[in-house]
Amino acid sequence: MSKTQNNMKSEYLVEVKDLKQYFPIKTGFMQTTPLKAVDGVSFAIKPGETLGLVGESGCGKTTVGRSMLRLYTPTGGEVIYNGEQVNASTIKHMRKEMQMVFQDPYSSLNPRMTVEDIIGEPLDVYKLYSSKGDRRDKIIHLMELVGLNAEHATRYAHEFSGGQRQRIGIARALATDPKFIVCDEAVSALDVSIQAQVINMFEELQDKLGVAYLFIAHDLLVVHHISDRIAVMYLGRVVEIADADELNDKPMHPYTQSLLSAVPYPDPKMAKERKRIVLEGDVPSPLNMPTGCAFRTRCKYATERCAQECPSLTDRGNGHQVACWNK
Amino acid sequence: MSENILSVKNLHTSFRTDNGEVKAVNGVSFNLDKGKILGIVGESGSGKSVTAYSIMRILESNGDISEGQVLYKGQDITKFTEKQMREFRGKCCSIIFQDPMTSLNPVFTVGNQLKEAIQLHTDRKGKDAEARAIEMLTLVGVNEPEKRVKQYPFELSGGMRQRVMIAMALACEPDILIADEPTTALDVTIQAQILELMQDLQKKFGMAIIMVTHDLGVIADMCDEIIVLYGGRVCERGTAEDIFYRPHHEYTKGLLCSIPNVDKIGEKLIPIPGTPINLLNMPKGCAFCPRCENAMKICIEEVPPEMQMPDGHFASCWLNVKAEMEAKQGGKNNE
Repeated sequence: MSKTQNNMKSEYLVEVKDLKQYFPIKTGFMQTTPLKAVDGVSFAIKPGETLGLVGESGCGKTTVGRSMLRLYTPTGGEVIYNGEQVNASTIKHMRKEMQMVFQDPYSSLNPRMTVEDIIGEPLDVYKLYSSKGDRRDKIIHLMELVGLNAEHATRYAHEFSGGQRQRIGIARALATDPKFIVCDEAVSALDVSIQAQVINMFEELQDKLGVAYLFIAHDLLVVHHISDRIAVMYLGRVVEIADADELNDKPMHPYTQSLLSAVPYPDPKMAKERKRIVLEGDVPSPLNMPTGCAFRTRCKYATERCAQECPSLTDRGNGHQVACWNK
Repeated sequence: MSENILSVKNLHTSFRTDNGEVKAVNGVSFNLDKGKILGIVGESGSGKSVTAYSIMRILESNGDISEGQVLYKGQDITKFTEKQMREFRGKCCSIIFQDPMTSLNPVFTVGNQLKEAIQLHTDRKGKDAEARAIEMLTLVGVNEPEKRVKQYPFELSGGMRQRVMIAMALACEPDILIADEPTTALDVTIQAQILELMQDLQKKFGMAIIMVTHDLGVIADMCDEIIVLYGGRVCERGTAEDIFYRPHHEYTKGLLCSIPNVDKIGEKLIPIPGTPINLLNMPKGCAFCPRCENAMKICIEEVPPEMQMPDGHFASCWLNVKAEMEAKQGGKNNE
């Protein structure tokens, strides 16, 4: 088993195969219905690459990130890191290599801990230092790496601004020297001017340390800027994956097309010339999913086939994968 | 010549807190013409929402308009009695908020809440008011309005709730609609629906809109005129083209450089250094000067005056004053 896995180990750092994550929802007395938050998602990330994951709220993008790191126990499918399957027993040593940066820099840092302790905690867990002095040096190095003043190590999180807090969260994620970081809406809570600082830092860290990112966000301009490839999700499934520029220039799935056309573009002339493809209606409830293709209720190209069978991702050349019967 | 409907003059709003006086708005002035869409853009803490709330006089109890005037058709609403204010709100000027869930009352049906606004401000009562409520819901694109009026806010989606809020705000056909981050809590595709709807309704009713948002994309899409706020002061005001293509304030320039742009893919973003302003500890001079790379000595000491640029828009930055003085001197030297 391990031999065949080693042979496959070549290209990808992280592979997600048919990942499924259902949550039981109480619908009556002693009755539950599965809410299919993620329903058969597959993708792969190369070392040092950034894969952007976009979609609207409730499409399951955050759940994908959390299931990959086993913050939830997946209902089905597998996650392979560096040729090794991620499961309940292997995750303990793997979390050293796979880390996460959370959206809200206010609630993701313990208010009773100093910055030194927050960043030092992963070092403690994995015993990554030889002496107290070594621990302190490592913390100072990490703080400098993310652009924090090392003199502030003894302060508490509330003494910092939103952007600085997010830097603390990133330093904590980098403490164990990971190869892969899930950034879950890591810049969404920040103001535009601060957001640009943090995005630049993510890019610099990637150049310096060679980490791969799964960059989950709803802001398409930001995702396009930072990502090498982008995956678009709709109601628990990936509908399109392509190279970032290719996806932006030639979106194929009708959902991606309307999503891109709906992004308000910060340029008055372009905004007036451009035609928005406005989708009718709302996203269906994941508890009551349409049969076949989940997007068909809002799709203007929908045919009978869309209602009966769910399309799977197929390659249309250049690694541009689309799940649509009509495109 | 377009008709002026609202003019804000040197507005100052501050809040009394345990940590001292927070000066949220420090001398904001602007004019709003009939049927125009004005955008107020700024980051958190720039005073954009407080400006909007000051116009409606719906500030928290520890907040006060300490100076300045808000003139609606020539009348100063800061001098209005509470009774006059009730007349003003809803009929002359309405507001929609960021979060449509918390701004609707969860224990009353949608129809009930719509009817309340209509009955308070118009002669329509009972059945007549309900008919108007249904008419308004149809207008804002809510499907099956007869069924919706009997539903509670939690039964509707976020986009639907925001449509109900818009219906409520427009029910009495106000002259001004203030939209405070109306699409921030919504998804991109729903945001597109709501923006489209607001543009349609604006054409239909001809009301003026004040659009308060941090999203430069929404501003570029919707607005005729823009004011950029920083630290409760106006940095720059002008038409959308002036602000986006010919910015004359260092903050506006920085803001435009820090948003990712499709034309500049592969290039690094140029962020604004430093951290956002602390309103408890405002700089003496220009509010932006601690983060400004081209700050001069005078920027630290004195608040920059508002100056008209050659293309007609206004910016408050000492660098422009300096540039003009140099140009004048250069001219003299040549003579």
